[in-house]
Amino acid sequence: MELDIRVRKLQERLDYIRDIFAGKKSDNIKVLEARLKEYVESPAEHSVSEQVRKLAQLEEMFDYLETKLDEELTPMDRVRIVRHPQRICLKDILENVYDNYTEIGGQDEYSIDPSMLIARAYVTRRVGKKVINQPVMVIGQEKGHGQEFRNGGSVKPWGNAKALHYMKVAEIENIPIHSYIFTPGSYPIEDYPGAAQQIARNLYEMSKLRVPVVAVISEGGSGGAEAIGMADTRLMLSHGYYSVISPEGAAAIEAKTRQGQRVPPELIEKCARQLKITARDNKEMGYVDRVIGEPPLGARADHYDFYKTLRAEMIQATNQVVLRVKGMKFFRSMALKRRSGRDPESDAVFVRWTLSSRARDNLVDKRHQRFRRMAQEAFQDKGGVWQKVYAKGQQLSWSINSYFRYEFLGKRRKKLARMWEEVEAELILVRDKIGRPFKGLSRWLGNETENGLDPETQKNLTQLSTWEDEESRAKGKWAYASPRSKEDRTVTCPKAQESGCLDLWAPDLFGEYAGVCGYCGHHFPMEYQWYLYNLFDEGSVFEFNGHLESGNPLGYEGLDQKIEQAKNKTGLKSACMTFEARIEGVALVVAMLAAPFRGGSVGAAEGEKFIRAVERAKKKHYPLLAYVHGTAGIRIQEGTNGVIQMPRCTQAVQRYIEDGGLYLVLYDTNSYAGPVASFLGCSPYQFSIRSANIGFAGPGVIKETTGVDIPPDYHQAHQALSRGHIQGIWDRREARKNLYQALLTMGGRNLYFR
Amino acid sequence: MINVKELLEEIKASPYILIDINAPHTGTVDFALTESGADVRGPHGNWGEKPGTLIASMERERNSKPIRSPESGVLETVELDLQGKFVEAGTKLATVRHYLTSKEVIDIILKKTLHLFTAPERAKYYFVPEVDKKMKSSGKRSVEVRDGMELFIMSRMKRETLLHYKGPEGKIYAVFFHLGENKDPGDPLIGVCPSDQLGQIQDVVNRVRSEWEEE
Repeated sequence: MELDIRVRKLQERLDYIRDIFAGKKSDNIKVLEARLKEYVESPAEHSVSEQVRKLAQLEEMFDYLETKLDEELTPMDRVRIVRHPQRICLKDILENVYDNYTEIGGQDEYSIDPSMLIARAYVTRRVGKKVINQPVMVIGQEKGHGQEFRNGGSVKPWGNAKALHYMKVAEIENIPIHSYIFTPGSYPIEDYPGAAQQIARNLYEMSKLRVPVVAVISEGGSGGAEAIGMADTRLMLSHGYYSVISPEGAAAIEAKTRQGQRVPPELIEKCARQLKITARDNKEMGYVDRVIGEPPLGARADHYDFYKTLRAEMIQATNQVVLRVKGMKFFRSMALKRRSGRDPESDAVFVRWTLSSRARDNLVDKRHQRFRRMAQEAFQDKGGVWQKVYAKGQQLSWSINSYFRYEFLGKRRKKLARMWEEVEAELILVRDKIGRPFKGLSRWLGNETENGLDPETQKNLTQLSTWEDEESRAKGKWAYASPRSKEDRTVTCPKAQESGCLDLWAPDLFGEYAGVCGYCGHHFPMEYQWYLYNLFDEGSVFEFNGHLESGNPLGYEGLDQKIEQAKNKTGLKSACMTFEARIEGVALVVAMLAAPFRGGSVGAAEGEKFIRAVERAKKKHYPLLAYVHGTAGIRIQEGTNGVIQMPRCTQAVQRYIEDGGLYLVLYDTNSYAGPVASFLGCSPYQFSIRSANIGFAGPGVIKETTGVDIPPDYHQAHQALSRGHIQGIWDRREARKNLYQALLTMGGRNLYFR
Repeated sequence: MINVKELLEEIKASPYILIDINAPHTGTVDFALTESGADVRGPHGNWGEKPGTLIASMERERNSKPIRSPESGVLETVELDLQGKFVEAGTKLATVRHYLTSKEVIDIILKKTLHLFTAPERAKYYFVPEVDKKMKSSGKRSVEVRDGMELFIMSRMKRETLLHYKGPEGKIYAVFFHLGENKDPGDPLIGVCPSDQLGQIQDVVNRVRSEWEEE
């Protein structure tokens, strides 16, 4: 009987090997198949002891060849490992790594979202003679072992909201968070709170979370991974992957396949290789701190030794994060540095995981610095040494200026002004009382009107003003006209069928009408230059950081040429252009994502430029506008270098907003995926030009991943508005006026800062 | 009283409608389909978002506009002599023979034979509790209505008004609204069938369902 069980186990191991190598036949696999078959088919007349001996030999052979096969693993094989139903899942980890846990708000399929699992867990240890219980909040995606209701670890927006809620609970309770990332990507739906907007909210809040966060990545698919992945230490399982997109998705984009078409497996393998998604690659690029070694061919649910390693690594990582910010730590941090996670003695180092208020501030600072340093090698900096020195000097002078103007003098001036306000209010009463007899006399002499204003002022205040500038704009005198307005032809409005729009003459439409259908108000997409010239004061646009250029950090095949082409075609150096400009004299910093440059996709250069723009706005105390002419998401060919821009940029924005800055986002044409799910989506003031599309994933991706057809207007701006994702929809012709109004009303009288 | 069987025979005699496709505006015609007898498809997809088969395109002021089939069927005629010529708006370009589907036939029969009770104003409609209960337990055809009977609750904002049925006596045959759905004034709410005609209509509908070829 026992022999039968052992044979069945071997059969399972062989099936697993076949699964993850997906039909590829290496000699090693063939040997295993043959030997197992030989054993099974051998006559049963052998004695039991003989059978036991043979079986033991066979098991040894399995062990040996599995180790050998492990060396043959390609990145795509690793993807198949993490997706295999036998892969360890979060429940296994909770059972075996922690000493006690209670799942919160979920029981199998009964949960707001079964694919997001929250548990309050304990790590219990004996240190010296004491038994210590240390609580942690465990948050992670749960795939289960082939459970349909878990959605394969694809978390719906409300699942991410649940995670965020319990991160905040952990913050209140001052306990560390252990997050486990087991997701192929978020579930792409826009239903409130919206996949993109919720991830953006998670990132924003995580960047200021005042408790240690340790993340472990097994399957880290893009947005879904980022939603709980902004951590002080990121560990990665050696057979896991962390990527901007699934290899299949990347291959579908490369092959430009239509819905339902199949992508050749070789191309998928190639994309997996090129995207540099493995643990080792990510460690080399600096996006994970440590790789946790797994048993050959990946950790499965019954690898109990592996849980011990994982437990030790988690304890050590949490200790290290805490010690980094604690006051008293000298010997312990040295001791921890020497010990590896696998060392069972690392249990002996005790660090209390609750933090003082100062340590918590320190922790958030350290997290910011950590992410700010990332991806510095992943873009081209064509600026010379002098340029760098000059930029440093400039920043220093802004810092000094900012300190004196807003900190040193500003605070005192504000205090004085407030005091004077109070005194003045008192004085007015006194003055009125004393001055009443004189006032009567003055009015009697006819010098003043009844309310004390001279006639000219009163006229100005009580009569309607005429806005000359407005009038000239209404006549269509735009500073920039689209080149399409030079064509002598007519254009049909896409809404003609339903709204009965007549044909529009291109010179009218793209010239005077600013690309707006005169019948139904549909907005045709316009060039980003239109905004550059017509939104901001004439001649006020001044570009900076133009020397940062998009590159090809992973050496992705063919990307160099594509980037070069885009540079030549658009005259831009990257999809992000950053500049200072003025609207009605109000200075602001603008970061613009331009659609013609590779779909406005965000890579390392774009992210860095965005962050520098935010920092500039912060130092100079200017409002910040992100004008999104269009963005298709993260540039997939840059792999993790791209996806890491999501937390990086969000952090920069969070610091800026919390410091009192005014951050506005204006969407135009199409904005999708990563950027919307991070630094754009986290803005409290997001507006859209009419007829724009805003969302997390396009209709094709939604159909592919969820199997659900979505209505054609699913991503339209008015839908985004009714779901509460954006705060308003603007007419293009009024964008300048609205922007100015927004700056005044949302920024307050003194505009830039609260 | 309408003779339902006769009506069906009438539809059966010509189980299709001919749709003329006219030039929507002046311009030069370029036919995409040049042979009659070709299968064409109308707009389809869950929301009718996928356009119908391209029959021709017309160019006006360097702006090419597609002319697509509004319904599925077969291309009956194509005015090929107009190919490449400038035509005026309203000129007939092609004809599509659209075969009626069983659903359309049933719809025609029901709309012609049943008495339709329409919504008086934009609101949500519910059956009164007794009727609702009866419908849920024994099906809609178990409910007999007569003139002046309390039948609906018209709900708008927080205001609920009782609505009395007006029309001939009979059984509810079809319900044209869903719970919680707003109906516009004039939209039919129910179709009522006189008791003596019930069997006849049911027969015809069943026959259409089983025999009609076009789905």
